[in-house]
Amino acid sequence: MAIVVVPALLRKLTNGAERVTVAGRNVGQVIDDLERQFPGFRDQLLQGVELKPSIAVSIDGEMGTGGLLDRVKETSEVFFIPAIGGGR
Amino acid sequence: MAASTNGKTFKVIGTRPIRHDGLEKVTGRAKYGADYSLPDMLHGKMLRSPYAHARIKSIKIDKALALPGVKAIITGADLPTLPDEMATGGEGPVNLAHLSENLLARDKVLYDGHAVAAVAATNAHIAEEAVRLIEVDYEVLPPVMTVEDAMKPGAAILNPKLRNKEEGDKETNIASHLQFKRGEVDEGFKSADYVIEREFKTAMVHQGYIEPHNGVAIFGSDGHSTIWCSTQGSFAVRALSAAVAGVPESNIKVVPAEIGGGFGGKLTVYLEPIALFLSKKTGKPVKMIMSRGDVLKATGPTSGSTIRCKIGCTKDGKLVAAKIWMAYEAGAYPGSPVGAGAMTIIAPYNIPHMIIDAYDVLVNRPKTAAYRAPGATNAAMASETIIDELADKCGIDPIQFRLLNAAQEGTAQTAGPPYKKIGYVETLEALKNSPHYKSKLEGPNRGRGIATGFWFNIGMNSSAIVHLNGDGTASVVIGSVDVGGTRAAQAMVTAEVLGIRAEDVRPLVADTDSIGYNDVTGGSRTAVTTGAAVFAAAEDAVRQLKERAAKLWEKKPEEIAYADGVLTTAGDPSKKLTIKEMAKQFARTGGPITGRGSVNLRTVGPSFAATCVDVEVDPDTAKVKILRATCVQDVGKALHPSYVEGQMQGGTAQGIGWALNEEYVYDDRGNLRNFGLLDYRMPTCLDLPELETVIVEVPAPGHPIGSRGVGEVSIVSPPAAVANAIAHATGIRMVVLPMSPPRLMKAMHNKRNGTETQAAAAGR
Amino acid sequence: MAKKTVVETTLNGETVEFLCEPRECLLEVLRDELELTGSKEGCLTGDCGACTVIVDGRSACSCLMLAVEAQGKKIETIEGLAGPNGLHVLQQKFLEHAALQCGICTPGFLMSAKALLDRNPSPTEPEIRYALAGNLCRCTGYDKIVRAVTDAAKTLASGARAA
Repeated sequence: MAIVVVPALLRKLTNGAERVTVAGRNVGQVIDDLERQFPGFRDQLLQGVELKPSIAVSIDGEMGTGGLLDRVKETSEVFFIPAIGGGR
Repeated sequence: MAASTNGKTFKVIGTRPIRHDGLEKVTGRAKYGADYSLPDMLHGKMLRSPYAHARIKSIKIDKALALPGVKAIITGADLPTLPDEMATGGEGPVNLAHLSENLLARDKVLYDGHAVAAVAATNAHIAEEAVRLIEVDYEVLPPVMTVEDAMKPGAAILNPKLRNKEEGDKETNIASHLQFKRGEVDEGFKSADYVIEREFKTAMVHQGYIEPHNGVAIFGSDGHSTIWCSTQGSFAVRALSAAVAGVPESNIKVVPAEIGGGFGGKLTVYLEPIALFLSKKTGKPVKMIMSRGDVLKATGPTSGSTIRCKIGCTKDGKLVAAKIWMAYEAGAYPGSPVGAGAMTIIAPYNIPHMIIDAYDVLVNRPKTAAYRAPGATNAAMASETIIDELADKCGIDPIQFRLLNAAQEGTAQTAGPPYKKIGYVETLEALKNSPHYKSKLEGPNRGRGIATGFWFNIGMNSSAIVHLNGDGTASVVIGSVDVGGTRAAQAMVTAEVLGIRAEDVRPLVADTDSIGYNDVTGGSRTAVTTGAAVFAAAEDAVRQLKERAAKLWEKKPEEIAYADGVLTTAGDPSKKLTIKEMAKQFARTGGPITGRGSVNLRTVGPSFAATCVDVEVDPDTAKVKILRATCVQDVGKALHPSYVEGQMQGGTAQGIGWALNEEYVYDDRGNLRNFGLLDYRMPTCLDLPELETVIVEVPAPGHPIGSRGVGEVSIVSPPAAVANAIAHATGIRMVVLPMSPPRLMKAMHNKRNGTETQAAAAGR
Repeated sequence: MAKKTVVETTLNGETVEFLCEPRECLLEVLRDELELTGSKEGCLTGDCGACTVIVDGRSACSCLMLAVEAQGKKIETIEGLAGPNGLHVLQQKFLEHAALQCGICTPGFLMSAKALLDRNPSPTEPEIRYALAGNLCRCTGYDKIVRAVTDAAKTLASGARAA
């Protein structure tokens, strides 16, 4: 089962737990499972049926690019982090 | 000359050819946005609010419209209403309603310079006269100019509809709160032998590009429009102009002109949608150029900030805990880079216990925009000076202190994911071994300071096309705007893969109709991501070359080899064709060859940099002279070393300006006092010494060439390095930016008189 | 709107006549009337030097000069810097030293540097930095610009032809 490392401000949804196990083969399914275990996650992470534009997903240290379709492995570690821009 | 990285040897990459667009730039022939003109063109100018915070009661345009030569006047009421929610556009998430309101105010003006109306007239002078004839009735409201004032209970509210998740339905100026947490920070501090806690205030600063914003738009009667402008992102201009002007995106072609500097400030739009809308209204092309005063008043500077930073370490120099509170000015609409600030502030270190609270706060200042590693420089001023102080307390050399705590592959980043291969340790070692650091600094009132910085570098989308020409040369077409010389680097990547000379590749930056989607030139992504797309496109072309040779020689493509521009096949030395010879056969072997590459990079290697400065502080005037400055940066693999050095030097210079003189000065009515380049004081030639550079190359994993982002990270560490140098020269720890003569003078004075800590003396 | 004036001036060695309003500055006329867009507008207040031209041998901000003041004067702009045999040594050195990134300040720097070398063929580094202090560059940190000008001075001093 994959692990989601819960952002600090959302640990109130998981009774303070920093790491939770989730089922799911892609990011969308992982979020569905988070919602099932800890209601309130979908509202925090999704805007309509997509990830909020201000949120990026890191899976095993690589930034996702396919939004909810990015694959998640059995052993993956998933982070939800603020999306970053830049300027040169 | 062959350069070797991680087993890879390059023939073109790493050399220093003359840039392909050099001739037109040194002769003044290169066309920047303001250099474009069309027949029968009108000129547009904006009316801007003289108040920092006010309700618009009415706008009367009849006198202005009556002026001969005036063809159209619009206000916010003419523009379509857009959804008040985040969408993707530009370089990251964008709230289109805020963007449109920023371009033309609706019911309120939120900063000195907020645009209220736009005029199109037959010449620029008439447009300016007309602007002066527009009558606006304002109800002036109290200005909120600092994060402290904005966060106070009872503060005037900028946007009554704004809510953040934590305050429920309460009206607020706090747009968002982010938090990062690891371990148990209070426990962590218990195990610290030394703890330093300070509050820092950094002033708002501007990107300072020499070329003001511009745009020429023509709305065709068939609905198809073209926009020429200086921008860092032609596809972003297309998307955002379409939304704001209410024109279908697919009907707009954006032609990126040459750009006179951006640094993040030209990733968004200010004029283009307005010019487009005015063109639609008048049926004529419309040109708009921003004045320098308006550039400073009304285009995104980067946030001023207040950062309370507490870091603890053991007496052996091991960092144990960090507690940070940071509030950044978003300006009139949400979107400061406080998140990036929070994620970079302690990024170079392995600290087991930490908590970081970050706040995005509205104030009556212009909407902030990205500025070279946005958010990171403010943050590094706080953390890198405290780390320096801790090193001093432990009696450990500042580089050694950092090596003891350095993040490495596998260390958890602030947001949680582990680092892949990074070059922080190598950067520190290179600094330690640099001629500058090894030299002795002697003399009174002199001090040396070092600091380090981190920046993520982004990936995102890039497309490229490589055409092979009939004479064995090639063209490479990219969609990434060239701000600093990237087209030469892309030509070099193409040449490397094709085995030809850089001079034999013509690079072209295409418009939005001619090339596939490209994300913006920013975030230090271009050399890396567009480089990867170009690499892929060139490899695609090589694959096709091999197929053609296979056809000619009746072999299988797998049996064909290609190296240094020559096709061969194993076991038959008589079969040999140069790319030039093969090109002559394109027609009869299948037609022209075009290679395509399109990438959306998942991970881009982050960069670390370090700055070392020697300063001399004049005890009578508090003027700080930079005696010597060095930038050390891990770039993965330098494509064109001269331009890599240029990026490092440019970031260092901007960082020094940020450290010593640059700031937005507002009066108590919220009006910007220094909206010109005399008083918004950027470094001149005379303010800087030679800028030394040391390029470190720790290849980024997963990239065909190993490049990391180059453009940004060099700006992160200079202010902290200068602050540390001042501390070693004077014994004073400055906690404000800029450390301008009046502030440093006050701190020196207080120290001499033994009065109050400089933390109190150096308030903003 | 006042009536336009005819101005006769020498521009890059040629006699030129143009029409302008009294309120127009030289920079505007160069760019909009004469279509010489090489001189750039950065601030219109004489602080950035992107509009630098040479007037009777002295470098000047063309945004601070009214167009009517060009009457009877000898004006040199970036468009006249290269000669019939190719680039001016300064232009060549800027390319070799990678002394430009976005390039918007480059025409102004080249004109200021030319004005310097015309009157002081062997400037020291402080003299170069002082002469160029009126030209702002935000991209390069000036390091490679100073190297290019130093190298150009050396090359010219060794007897090479300017352009």
